[in-house]
Amino acid sequence: MDDPAGPRPDPHVENELSIHHSSALYLAQDDSVINFDVAGLVDQFWANTVDGLSQGSIYALVALGYTLVYGVLKLINFAHSEVFIYGAYATWFTFYGLGFRPGPTPELAVFELIGFLLLALLAAVLVSGATAVVLERVAYRPLRNRGAPRLVFLITAIGASFVLQQLIFIWRGGNPEQAIRLLRPEPVFEVFGVAITNITIIIVLASILLFFIADTFVNRTRFGRGIRAVAQDPDTATLMGVNKERVIMLTFLIGGLLAGAAALFYMMKIPQGASYQGGFLLGLKAFTAAVLGGIGNLRGALLGGLLLGLMENYGQSLFGGEWRDVVAFVLLIVILMFRPTGILGESLGKARV
Amino acid sequence: MTEPNNGNGPEVPAEGGLAAELAHMTEAELIEHEAEVAEVVAPDREIAVEVGETLLDIDNLTMRFGGLTALDSVSFGIRRGEILGLIGPNGAGKTTCFNAMTGVYRPTSGQVLLEGKPLGKLAKHNITRRGIARTFQNIRLFGEMTALENVVVGTDARHKTSVMGALVRSPRHFREEKEAIERAMALLDFVGIVDRAADKAKNLPYGYQRRLEIARALATEPKLLCLDEPAAGFNPIEKEDLMGLIRKIRDDGYTVLLIEHDMKLVMGVTDRIVVLEFGKKIADGAPSEIRENPSVIAAYLGVPDDDIA
Repeated sequence: MDDPAGPRPDPHVENELSIHHSSALYLAQDDSVINFDVAGLVDQFWANTVDGLSQGSIYALVALGYTLVYGVLKLINFAHSEVFIYGAYATWFTFYGLGFRPGPTPELAVFELIGFLLLALLAAVLVSGATAVVLERVAYRPLRNRGAPRLVFLITAIGASFVLQQLIFIWRGGNPEQAIRLLRPEPVFEVFGVAITNITIIIVLASILLFFIADTFVNRTRFGRGIRAVAQDPDTATLMGVNKERVIMLTFLIGGLLAGAAALFYMMKIPQGASYQGGFLLGLKAFTAAVLGGIGNLRGALLGGLLLGLMENYGQSLFGGEWRDVVAFVLLIVILMFRPTGILGESLGKARV
Repeated sequence: MTEPNNGNGPEVPAEGGLAAELAHMTEAELIEHEAEVAEVVAPDREIAVEVGETLLDIDNLTMRFGGLTALDSVSFGIRRGEILGLIGPNGAGKTTCFNAMTGVYRPTSGQVLLEGKPLGKLAKHNITRRGIARTFQNIRLFGEMTALENVVVGTDARHKTSVMGALVRSPRHFREEKEAIERAMALLDFVGIVDRAADKAKNLPYGYQRRLEIARALATEPKLLCLDEPAAGFNPIEKEDLMGLIRKIRDDGYTVLLIEHDMKLVMGVTDRIVVLEFGKKIADGAPSEIRENPSVIAAYLGVPDDDIA
């Protein structure tokens, strides 16, 4: 660790954590473990909506990676959470390499800021994309060549996830990297009395833009057609001249690129987020989002991600901050009870990208 | 193979229903249209029909699965511009031969040469790119894609846009997309199903699905088109139409290999027939010769009626 000493800013500036504190207060006052803070939910509704959308956009981008790989290989790529966190580290090191250090947010000119953020985006996208492709090459392709059963792929995915995590642990240790901020959250305008910050705007708009690029790529290009053809019938696709191995590589690459972009947005929102285990919960949530929307379906991933982000935040207001993750996973179970194929109703067996 | 029939082929005027009648009307128009297309193609016919040099050479092909010999030293050639029928009783090795040619199986011994070059260990998608395309006995379309998209997947085998090009939407990307759609529409028109281009493949009537498979295979610009029992599940009228289509395909300059159970169809459309029995070639010749060939007659009379496999 070569972190230079410096005054560490309070990382807990995001409003979600202040909500957390207030609910802890409620807990201390009441004996009840859950409080139904309906007034709080109503009060915080718009704030939660805005925060939920930005959180949900990040889930959605990561969820696209799960859904694409699932669509093509029928594999839940559990190591995708590490593909994401590698992007977060790439972001952190880009900031560090550019001379920024943990401490007060520097004053930057707008064009400088945009340039630095684009540079970080490039680094994150490249690192995550490369991680995903190497992962496919090293972990999954040899299994495919030997015709391994599907369960073996799943176990390999979990194993690969641990390996990638531990590589970071060995290198950087167990503590999260100290927060480096380039951009202070500042309100730009107000909607329903809620200040929309510059960070929220960047995250939501950029995520939606990336989603549409991915969607167009899959639906309107020859590579996308190849991906969909392989997803539906790999053998026939091959006999129609589709190069299956290339399609698979491309699928991992696209998933990785999107996860890298998500990682930058995540680091803008939660600057202290680069930790070796940091991908785990987010990856699990993104996977949940993919299943929620209907795994194998790109639009389902977007819908599931946004919905999960929103519900988590509403649930947090209603039940208290420590119930946030519970709400997310209970939501999954409830929706799957009524729509086993996810909201957009793509059946797991016939999933298409 | 009896196929699950998901709807009446529009060639058959179904009892009642305006929709059925409409479908029939369009089909009638299409047939007229096809006749026009055929006329345009007709001038080339003399040249196209003239059978040329060997296109595909199957050389001592043997295929064993464990103790079972599915193909035993089979050799025959397919000449450019001909329609070759591959027939034989059930289990004679016809489909195995097909699969060995298209790279689904690796031959145990022997080889397949396309234009004198062995296909050897080429990956399946590269065999398609070299110029062999096929349809399937049991229809294998991309059900969730539209008819048009299915055919465009076939044309993609010939496209060169890079990933970057597709991402930044380069001029080449747009040009190739435009060409692909135009060509795919022309092919759908060619096989006579252009009226349902925008429908998902899984929602097409059975006869349309069979034709769509042919259009998709043609889209890969094959030198050799292999049809695996294209008439399975067809009624006599549909079979008649199919014979017309196969001739039209050949007249357009393709070479066709046809596996088919229906003798009337095979005798009616092929230039030459190769007969397999128990994995061995027992006859090779013009339809008239094959009809008279005693060993072929024995092979066919020796097994129960196999019209419906």
